[in-house]
Amino acid sequence: MSTIAVNAGGGIGNAAAADANASVRIAVRNLDFYYGDFRGLKDISLNFFDRQVTALIGPSGCGKSTLLRTFNRIYSLYPEQRATGEILLDGQNVLSSSIDVNELRARVGMVFQKPTPFPMSIYDNIAFGIRLYEKLPRGELDDRIEEALRKAALWDEVKDKLRQSGMGLSGGQQQRLCIARTIAQRPEVILLDEPTSALDPISTGKIEELIEQLRSEFTIVIVTHNMQQAARISQYTAFMYLGELVEFGPTAKMFMNPGKKQTQDYITGRFG
Amino acid sequence: MAVLSDEVVMSNMQTVRRRTSPGFDQGFRWASYGSALVVLAVLAGILGAMLYGGWPAFQEFGFSFITSSVWNVGEDQYGAWVAISGTLTSALIALVIGVPISIGIAIFLTQLCPPWLKRPVSTTIELLAAVPSIIYGMWGLFVFAPFFARFVQIPVSELVEGIPILGTIFYARVPSGVGMMTAGIILAIMIIPFIASIARDILDQIPTVLRESAYGIGCTTWEVVRYVLLPQAGVSIIGAIMLGLGRALGETMAVTFVIGNANRLSLSLFDPSSTIASRIANEFNEAAGMQMHALLALGCILFLVTFIVLMFARFLISRVQTH
Repeated sequence: MSTIAVNAGGGIGNAAAADANASVRIAVRNLDFYYGDFRGLKDISLNFFDRQVTALIGPSGCGKSTLLRTFNRIYSLYPEQRATGEILLDGQNVLSSSIDVNELRARVGMVFQKPTPFPMSIYDNIAFGIRLYEKLPRGELDDRIEEALRKAALWDEVKDKLRQSGMGLSGGQQQRLCIARTIAQRPEVILLDEPTSALDPISTGKIEELIEQLRSEFTIVIVTHNMQQAARISQYTAFMYLGELVEFGPTAKMFMNPGKKQTQDYITGRFG
Repeated sequence: MAVLSDEVVMSNMQTVRRRTSPGFDQGFRWASYGSALVVLAVLAGILGAMLYGGWPAFQEFGFSFITSSVWNVGEDQYGAWVAISGTLTSALIALVIGVPISIGIAIFLTQLCPPWLKRPVSTTIELLAAVPSIIYGMWGLFVFAPFFARFVQIPVSELVEGIPILGTIFYARVPSGVGMMTAGIILAIMIIPFIASIARDILDQIPTVLRESAYGIGCTTWEVVRYVLLPQAGVSIIGAIMLGLGRALGETMAVTFVIGNANRLSLSLFDPSSTIASRIANEFNEAAGMQMHALLALGCILFLVTFIVLMFARFLISRVQTH
């Protein structure tokens, strides 16, 4: 934890290098997205690799969150929003109407900008998501919850107060609780929508370290405003601007030797 | 430059004499105090007048004024139990029917309603809240009661006749349409707009991101509402319900129209009954002597019942909050 906190702002070089042999987990093909008549995403095509962290960066309103929200179809809560094209998760198009969105959301977990503990105990916050899809005997459920809390680096802090409300935790703990809740469902993909934007630097450091550890099991997509964060924790980076994908590549290359001038301008802080 | 001009302004301020009179400010304070005191004075005045007026009845009948179910004007014998139980029962029926519907409306409006339908439905609910209670009373007596007698009271009475308990609670000796159940239903219709619009505002205030994260772990709409949104809104929803209860307890005109105004205690919800408010409204005009004292004593009791209900609500709310 401390190394990351100390290195905050240290730039690139902390994250593991992109694994060139990683297989494609999510393939986005010709994706368009509409808010009513407004076209929020324009013909996006890119791949997300298995057990790699991909960062989506770009100025506000560039469509990075919109893109993230298509992977679990959370946008479909809003009738005026729609997506066309294909998003293939393990070869299956998640935009297809035959997909069970609830089951999809258990496979593609999401963590939001702000911590969102449910109004129930710490234990139930995690048990709730598991119980939706699995009937487990009590002992097994307890094990799953401990496992999830350990993976989220929260176990030691909450093991003596599992019956207390999740709302009583600090912001950083709440966000790790939300991550624990997500990984407890054993998803294939974890979507993180600016997960540290509401947190202090120390909590941010813990979450970043956590993401680094989770990479060995999950495919992670993270939207971030913080370029250093993208550099620190991701293997791949996609730079978006005005609803278009400007450039995509291994993070090291994107930051040290970007192919497009726009990318370089954004990364060096000339706009955005 | 900017700093310099600020200083100039500052020094000018010190030299300008503000024309304020300490007298005015003092007067303003007293006026504010006075406004607040008026409320207390009115409350104390009402309570005092009712206690004073009702005291002879309490003295004459003692504690049995509350427990006795005899209300006989001819023999000058008065007991409040029929009216008290009628008030509580009709309000309870109203809550049992009204609360689920109100919360259903609030959930529909905030979670499921297509945007184009949201405004018309919301406006309709607010209009319903603005309908004078006498209108509900007239509609209840002339339209709803005959309908209720024909399609509910008669068939249900035939169905349950002879069955223990059910045959008592849902048997109409005279299926006229009016009675406890009718009053409860009309009250439910009257409190729905209140509870629904407050519950809607409460649900609207829950952050979108909480709702999205509940959907985000794969919850169905029912699961999101049942396990996340309602518990999150919990305490405030109880407050909304209590506001509805307050209205149901004190509602007078509509209830007087449809409850049947019987002075006899009946275990059947289909039989006529009366509430404290309806009893007062019915008899106040021609009351004199001990009857008037008894009515004022009834008023005191309604006051007390409402007060206890609100205290209980407070207690519930504080208990939920500490959890």
